[in-house]
Amino acid sequence: MIPRRKKRLVWVLVLITGVALSAGLILTALNENIDLFYTPSELVEGKGKDLRKPEVGQRLRLGGMVVEGSVRRDPETLEVSFRVTDIGPEVTVNYTGILPDLFREGQGIVAQGVLIEPTVLQATEVLAKHDEEYLPPEIAEAMKGIKHVDPNSAEAFPRSSEAEQDSANDSEGGY
Amino acid sequence: MWRWLHPYAKGEATYRLLGHWLPWLAISAALSLLVGIVWGLAFAPPDYQQGDSYRIIYIHVPAAIFSMGAYTGMAITALIALVWQIRTAEWAIAAIAPVGAVLTAVSLFTGAVWGKPMWGTWWEWDARLTSQLILLFLYLGVLALYYAFDDKRTGAKAAGILALVGVVNVPIIHYSVYWWNTLHQGATITKFEKPSMATSMLIPLLICLLGFALFTAAMICWRLRHEILRQELHRPWVQQELIGQEKLN
Repeated sequence: MIPRRKKRLVWVLVLITGVALSAGLILTALNENIDLFYTPSELVEGKGKDLRKPEVGQRLRLGGMVVEGSVRRDPETLEVSFRVTDIGPEVTVNYTGILPDLFREGQGIVAQGVLIEPTVLQATEVLAKHDEEYLPPEIAEAMKGIKHVDPNSAEAFPRSSEAEQDSANDSEGGY
Repeated sequence: MWRWLHPYAKGEATYRLLGHWLPWLAISAALSLLVGIVWGLAFAPPDYQQGDSYRIIYIHVPAAIFSMGAYTGMAITALIALVWQIRTAEWAIAAIAPVGAVLTAVSLFTGAVWGKPMWGTWWEWDARLTSQLILLFLYLGVLALYYAFDDKRTGAKAAGILALVGVVNVPIIHYSVYWWNTLHQGATITKFEKPSMATSMLIPLLICLLGFALFTAAMICWRLRHEILRQELHRPWVQQELIGQEKLN
């Protein structure tokens, strides 16, 4: 290789390595802050190496699974309350408003709001998270035992949580 | 290998080579896009969670993958342009950047349209969405630098440096969903394990991916040919080429 080109190649490689290294350091330093949400365990037991816990009154996002059977709706208003968990502790979320289509028990959600008690979040926004699996309803039912519920059908969201387990099994209803 | 590549440092040889490729790329891109998108939108089964809304994946995922693929390609041509100072490589930066920028914009737009009904929001500043937005700004920055200088070669050099430096963002986009917790899902197909998608949904997606790859390649060929003509307008071969086309018309 001509020395002139070799010199340029070395410069370019040094530049890329330098930028990659500094980007790596910045992202490592910001690591916890880039996370979109606290998990319920992090909220209760503390996050990061020094186990910092969020304070009551702090605005934050919480992400986890909606606990089966924990959704309580007020029949008169749009108020709803449910518990969210990951692997251990549960955190209660209170919310007033319309929930996203994908919201259901067992679903991953991200709630943004203010922590009003150590394990109670007053949410101003609830977002649904979905995983990376894509399956036709019949296969999902056969493989995972998940009964498909069309998010748009009325049965997906009975007004009271007692009625929903038995009537929500209509897997073909929406299509 | 180098001896084989050398003629393509000249604009004319590259122009003719791309001219041979372009019709094949364009036809196969049109065919596979037609098959893939019609299959995906009309015939693939609905998803157990998202119903029919998931079908936007057949546009969203290919656009996102090749926005990063095009960027990697642009960074490689920038490396060649900076180290070997080959002019066709400099022009390739300008040919790839707009195509990549449009793919990035399409992935962001389809993502927002998908996010609103499924997640409940058009936009969330999570790591995946933010790093993809940065990719769009990188593309726009490369384009702006390329055309910002009166001296074309200075512009190409500046754009090339930004293109190379920005390549650091590509692995960050890919791994953002693993390094941090995000609203965006993890990878369905771009991972070493088996894809987390039923075969009946996966096949049209793979055809769409092929279609987007061919379409991206065809657009880049087409734009690079134009860039070569524009840059070498004063050369005799370009004038002959243009006169020849005029006669044909």
